[in-house]
Amino acid sequence: MKKLAIYLVCEPETPELAEAAVDGGADLIELGFPFSDPLAEGPTIRLASERALARGMRTRQCIDCLGAVRARVDVPIVPMTYAAILEAYGYERFVADTRAAGASSAIVVDLPVEDHPEVPRVQLVAPTSTDERIATCAAATDGWLYLVSLTGTTGARGEVSPALAGLVERTRALTDVPLYAGFGISTPEHAATVAELADGVVVGSRAIQVAEDGPAALRDYVRGLREAIDAAVPA
Amino acid sequence: MTTTFGAYGGRYVPETLIPALDELTAGWNAAKNDESFHRELHELLTTYAGRPTPLTPAPRFAPGKRLYLKREDLNHTGAHKLNNALGQAVLARRLGKHRIVAETGAGQHGVATATVCAKFGLECVVYMGAEDMRRQKPNVERMHLLGAEVRAVEFGTKTLKEATSEAIRDWITNVDTTHYLIGSCVGPAPYPELVRDLQRVIGDEAREQFLAAEGRLPEVVVACVGGGSNAIGAFYAFVDDTDVRLVGVEAAGAASLGTGRPGVLHGARSSILADEDGQIADAHSISAGLDYPGVGPEHAALRDAGRAEYLPCTDDQALAAFHRLAETEGIIPALESSHALARALDLDEELVLVCLSGRGDKDLAEVLAHS
Ligand SMILES: Cc1ncc(COP(=O)(O)O)c(C=O)c1O
Repeated sequence: MKKLAIYLVCEPETPELAEAAVDGGADLIELGFPFSDPLAEGPTIRLASERALARGMRTRQCIDCLGAVRARVDVPIVPMTYAAILEAYGYERFVADTRAAGASSAIVVDLPVEDHPEVPRVQLVAPTSTDERIATCAAATDGWLYLVSLTGTTGARGEVSPALAGLVERTRALTDVPLYAGFGISTPEHAATVAELADGVVVGSRAIQVAEDGPAALRDYVRGLREAIDAAVPA
Repeated sequence: MTTTFGAYGGRYVPETLIPALDELTAGWNAAKNDESFHRELHELLTTYAGRPTPLTPAPRFAPGKRLYLKREDLNHTGAHKLNNALGQAVLARRLGKHRIVAETGAGQHGVATATVCAKFGLECVVYMGAEDMRRQKPNVERMHLLGAEVRAVEFGTKTLKEATSEAIRDWITNVDTTHYLIGSCVGPAPYPELVRDLQRVIGDEAREQFLAAEGRLPEVVVACVGGGSNAIGAFYAFVDDTDVRLVGVEAAGAASLGTGRPGVLHGARSSILADEDGQIADAHSISAGLDYPGVGPEHAALRDAGRAEYLPCTDDQALAAFHRLAETEGIIPALESSHALARALDLDEELVLVCLSGRGDKDLAEVLAHS
């Protein structure tokens, strides 16, 4: 079965929202630890991060939030953040404390693959990546590889990036690790299209927008994605 | 680890940009070793920028000292920023990029970038914080006249930090066609080194000129530090002259080196203003060009090595030096450069070289509002 990952930013409501996402059929929760200057994010996640910071969601609070999510769901939880956060908290301490709170792995958007190997993490590759770079990231990745489906920042888009198919094809030729694609994916139709290409589908900005309407809305939205994925690629 | 200056530097950027940084590094290494690149740049610096810039004694400004000003204000467009913009534009053309994005604070780098884009027929987009567009309005108008698109950044502090983040996001999105023409010795490798190599002409010239004027080297070299490009440019020729003191002057409310901590901002590890969680703190300065919570990684390394010192300067001290230079020497300095002037006056040394990084026409409204 194809995997569905939902991204949420750590806020006080997030444990309840994560539970709703899993009820709707999410297989993995990515938990954004907000950073003040997130270079890979479009307006939706940037604004969500600013709000979370204004509400006091610093690293310690985010780790507590992770623990609270872990108490409610039994799917993998992957913290997703920026190097600045680990730099301040301590790289090894970040790994130890997030693991203790229930994390599986981590994603550090701006930490190049050759830096800080002591942080086991899901590596990202993009349409601009060379084959050599993809092979290096695939060899170093922790569990699965994150395919950035488009050349750009996060944010809901009208269509699935035309670059994704080529990226999947190049990456499959270089590695056997599971490939999850994200960035710009927002509708059930997108999710179905992506599921035909990759092993997993990551939805972020649109999930955050829907989560504004509460857990029930998020559960229904995620269920819609799940059904579209399973219809396109039956288990 | 991919750090470049001791524990500082690196390439803390999303994977999307790594190939572009590799390409830029290779392109820069090739250009550096190519006579024709140096010839082209030299030609532009002399016939277009107006180099070499003079070294001017300032006896009435600093009685009792032999203080000289390196006149980067006399560069075409009025600041040292053109040295870097010209070099990167020539490089961008070699790399086949026809679209340029840049960030700007005071607007001097934006104007320099818009200027070189006009000269070479490149598309130009400049990101500028809405607050800076207000306080540096003449430069916004100049960029428009030069054919650049100025995009206002309306969130966060609405100053240089957010403008830089937005320029990098634009670059992430358009990296196939676009060169990011960064304005200071900050950002991911190879930028800090590239910008330093393009600005070192300041110190290379000044060293010769000072020797010609005084028959010896200065006792101290003083420059203001925002991101640190005019300072590293002025310092670099003197780094191995260990008896020449190197003094960088930061805005007191934006003292990334004086009061900052190690952290990551805009693609590099350096000394930055941040809280204990690594969240970037707000900077404050009357001078838009110094109003930035980060600094080039090479300065952090020079500080740690004890080779350069960094002093703070308040808004009021800078304003006083601004007026003093105008009244005693007939030179209206940029508010940024006024920080270096202010602290140069209190130093014990007699033989002083100050980098006058830019002229103050852009600052008149802001200065008048404070008097
Ligand atoms: C005249 C002038 N001096 C100095 C600066 C600060 O930049 P840097 O520290 O990179 O020289 C600026 C930036 O806008 C400037 O316009």
